[in-house]
Amino acid sequence: MKFIEFFKIAIRSLLANKLRSALTMLGMIIGVGAVIVLMSVGAGLQNMITSTFEELGTNLLFVQPSNPEAPGIAAIAPGYATASITMDDAEALRDIRSVIAVNPTNENFVKVIFGNESTNAVIEGTTPEFRQLYDFTMASGQFISEVNIARRDMVVVLGSKTAEDLFGSDDPVGQHVKMRDKRFTVIGVMEPRGMSSFGFSWDEMVVTPITTYQARLFSQTTPSGEDAVQSIVVQVASAEVMDEVTEQIENILRKRHHIDEDEDDDFAVTGLEQLLGTFETITLALTVFLGLIGGISLLVGSIGIMNIMLVSVTERTREIGLRKAIGAKRRDILTQFLLEAATLSLVGGAIGLTGAWLIAQGISLIDLGGFTINAVVSPFIVIVAVLVSVFIGLASGIYPAMRAARLNPIDALRYG
Amino acid sequence: MIELENIAKIYRMGKVEVPALRGVNLNIKQGEMLSIIGASGSGKSTLMNIIGFLDKPTLGRYIFEEADVSRLSDNRLAEMRNKKMGFVFQEYNLLSRASALANVELPLIYGGSRQKHRRAMEALERVGLGARANHKPTELSGGEQQRVAIARALVNNPDIILADEPTGNLDSTSTDQIISIFRDLNQEGITVVLVTHEMDIAEQTQRIIRLYDGKVVSDGKAA
Repeated sequence: MKFIEFFKIAIRSLLANKLRSALTMLGMIIGVGAVIVLMSVGAGLQNMITSTFEELGTNLLFVQPSNPEAPGIAAIAPGYATASITMDDAEALRDIRSVIAVNPTNENFVKVIFGNESTNAVIEGTTPEFRQLYDFTMASGQFISEVNIARRDMVVVLGSKTAEDLFGSDDPVGQHVKMRDKRFTVIGVMEPRGMSSFGFSWDEMVVTPITTYQARLFSQTTPSGEDAVQSIVVQVASAEVMDEVTEQIENILRKRHHIDEDEDDDFAVTGLEQLLGTFETITLALTVFLGLIGGISLLVGSIGIMNIMLVSVTERTREIGLRKAIGAKRRDILTQFLLEAATLSLVGGAIGLTGAWLIAQGISLIDLGGFTINAVVSPFIVIVAVLVSVFIGLASGIYPAMRAARLNPIDALRYG
Repeated sequence: MIELENIAKIYRMGKVEVPALRGVNLNIKQGEMLSIIGASGSGKSTLMNIIGFLDKPTLGRYIFEEADVSRLSDNRLAEMRNKKMGFVFQEYNLLSRASALANVELPLIYGGSRQKHRRAMEALERVGLGARANHKPTELSGGEQQRVAIARALVNNPDIILADEPTGNLDSTSTDQIISIFRDLNQEGITVVLVTHEMDIAEQTQRIIRLYDGKVVSDGKAA
């Protein structure tokens, strides 16, 4: 009952200084808004990365050449690593139990020409597993086959965008395209897949048998003169056996590459799990960092509240004295000023929250070159924001309120 | 109802001690109407503040309605100010943002009373301002503002009303009005203590206590 009266008094005194209250609140609005927007962007970024990995599947292992002498992550950078993996290595990995698919792939950029039309695309020299692994469906014709691989056939499968660029609405199957001055027969076109979350288009692509790629397009050999493979994707039956399979792959390749006990590998096996963990650490650090920046503006906002409450206490010294003279207890005065500060901060926080939610919606609509950050204002963030605003109101109000409550009524009445 | 024994109040201004009261003895009975007069600096306001629990004596004993005031907690004193006392100040001390009615309701809020509206309205009617209940202080004359302050003082049916120079800022018509309200309240049994430096106001009370330099120099009906 008393509480409601005090609340009315708080509202009335805040309304009596509308501009001042509004400006004080602005500090809170910006503070709370900044924290929420930045945190939701961080969360959105994290979601985006996680979902990208989930899209690819977490039961995949990547085998790549690695330079044992190069430091850290540079070891598997194409410029540093020597070609060390061959088709025979890939074949050897098929014998491991719990391995479902092995997909060696070489990749490059290429200009594709049909008549007067030309377009640039990623060319994947690969095996039939590529289609299952990345879940492509055919719009027409067929995908490359084992027979194509064995015979090094001059055939290609086109991504939907590449097909459209060259052939418009005509069916390209059976037509011939030119790449690096060689003629290839189009045997199939894939359904559109859109952008990958990393901003890479699945549809501007040309697929050809890996043997054809090695022999006719981009030849690269290992030091011993065999055709080189850039990377092998190994699909494992379940996420539980990843470590076991990783070890087996390492053993097989070390034996095949004649690497002694005390020598470093000339290849690297990475799991998506591992990569995902690294990315999650990075985005978590980013989110914390962003939250910290927002936190600074929140701190500034709370100093604003404390400042204005101190001014308000000084200004209303006589009023406080009078209230005490007619029977207000310390607790009553304390409650009144705390309520005032908490109201300022809570209303400011609520407006900041609403604003932040709108901004988050806006950010989610922005197309960042093929992908968007879905900035999520989660219930968790909302609860934290509300609690933080109340806490800040109380924390920044407690000192001014205590000063007010401690005033000696007679000194307060004499003031001014 | 009020017994003051050897009350002294000493203010400290840095290293200098300034005595405001030096050994005041005073008894006030229920239903009296008295005035405390003296030049400025004689200690009359300090005395009133001590009587009203707004200030604490440095020395001496103060018994209010059989209770030793020095033994009462701050909260208890706040409650007693709220229920048993009414204050009227020279500066009115109304909340300028609130209506007359809301100003009069204020002690009822701190007392946690019910029917605030009705009781505040009654108090305003007692001082003849029932029609101006919704006016803000800035829309009222000085005399009217002081009457609102009196309504605020009596809304909790106090035993005693303490008025510090209540007519100091008012013209003679308003002054007469205010004094006659105090006399009416006294007739109803409320003890009234008026602090003033104007003799012609003091002469309208039954008892005059004259202070000089922190001491009572005369007590009784003036000639």
